[in-house]
Amino acid sequence: MREIFTTISRPVKGATEKTGQWRTFKPLLDKKKCTRCLRCWILCPDGAIQRNEDESVEINLEYCKGCGICANECPVKAIRMVREE
Amino acid sequence: MKLIMDTANHIAGEAAKAARAEVVAAYPITPQTTVVEYIQKLISNGEFDADFICVESEHSAMAATIGASATGVRTFTATSSHGLLYMHEMLHWAALARLPIVMVNINRTIGPGWNIWADHQDSMAQRDTGWLQFHCGSNQEVFDTVIQSYKIAEAEEIQLPIMVNFDAFILSHTSMPVSIPDQPVIDKFLPKRKPVWKLDSSDPLTHGNIIPPDPYLEIRKSMQESQDKARDLIRTTAEEWKKLTGFWHGGTVEEYRAEDADLVVLAMGTLGSEAKVAVDRLRKERIKAGVFRIRSFRPFPIDEIKKLSEETKLVVVDKALSFGGEGVLYSEVKSALYGRKNEIFGWIAGLGGKDVSWQDLVQMVKAVKDGKAKPVNWQKGGKGAITGFI
Repeated sequence: MREIFTTISRPVKGATEKTGQWRTFKPLLDKKKCTRCLRCWILCPDGAIQRNEDESVEINLEYCKGCGICANECPVKAIRMVREE
Repeated sequence: MKLIMDTANHIAGEAAKAARAEVVAAYPITPQTTVVEYIQKLISNGEFDADFICVESEHSAMAATIGASATGVRTFTATSSHGLLYMHEMLHWAALARLPIVMVNINRTIGPGWNIWADHQDSMAQRDTGWLQFHCGSNQEVFDTVIQSYKIAEAEEIQLPIMVNFDAFILSHTSMPVSIPDQPVIDKFLPKRKPVWKLDSSDPLTHGNIIPPDPYLEIRKSMQESQDKARDLIRTTAEEWKKLTGFWHGGTVEEYRAEDADLVVLAMGTLGSEAKVAVDRLRKERIKAGVFRIRSFRPFPIDEIKKLSEETKLVVVDKALSFGGEGVLYSEVKSALYGRKNEIFGWIAGLGGKDVSWQDLVQMVKAVKDGKAKPVNWQKGGKGAITGFI
């Protein structure tokens, strides 16, 4: 048995559960408009944007909290925020 | 074994060296300054293999010590009075992070009025931070307690920081003979620290993440369990040290002629040592008095105090006060003996370094014996040109 109980956490996916549940607005990505500049991938504070091998991106809605930074920063307006149903 | 003659402040530096502390971060404050100076001298001379971090405040001193300790190394720091108060936030942090830091605090009163003499108000105000808190009665005890503290703090089931307290000037600047055991003896008693967690880029982890209420309550409970387990470990560690070196200052309590005593004086630090002189005098007058010098204020020696007979009258002498409440030690002793018949008398004495001599202590015990003491009593102070009524 472990002797002491304290706040240690190792890097794991979703240590604070599925944070996508916190979201009010959801990002919608228009793949046709996307120029693959990866600005959204760099700036997402939660690492919820995945970068594919061909430099295209996908948004992981299980962990995206809906902050809207990606939509605000996208230079070609390929991401827009819509209210969650 | 080497016999030296030096002040408790220098002895505290010798103890940090003997314990092979690897990082020391400290900020000077009277009367602790010579601890910092002495350690820096030892490091500069190549006698003490440690990194010294110069900081701009006591808050930073504790923050730097926490950071160093979190990497798994053995750390040391020292402070006093207002410096201790200034690091209060970080004291909570160190305990909640379960870091076995050992710190020397030289007990000095709080201003204003400005005063650098000894009382226990500074350390008593840190009572609820989660630190273990020891109080020493001699320079030899300062050395031995610092070494023992690392062993206790670093034990797998404890993992909490320890504050080793001793009285300003009465010990800090007073030379006494101290025996320093040979380094191999100390190394055998105190092997290298084995951290239960550490910051290491090859095995990344974080400590102190956001935590919801349910587990938060459990981490606090775990700290309390560790404090409770420390009572036995403090005694067995002191016994082990005695076998190796011959020195014994008590476990959580140093008992002196208390076994058959009708009246027991409870006090901490050098006041506890002075009480032994008082008791010797009282015994000559056939008054059966004894001493319980509280070595470990946290964890509080509830078990040891409960061993006293219900007929024993207790004389608790406090060098600190919880305003609007009562003497801090007085409260603790009453709480430990809840539901029992013991008569318990408290004295507020020695505040701001006011001398409490063995003669004063003899008078207190006699007042209790003769039925002249009130439940709460005050040593008589004085007035002067620098104070006045408004």
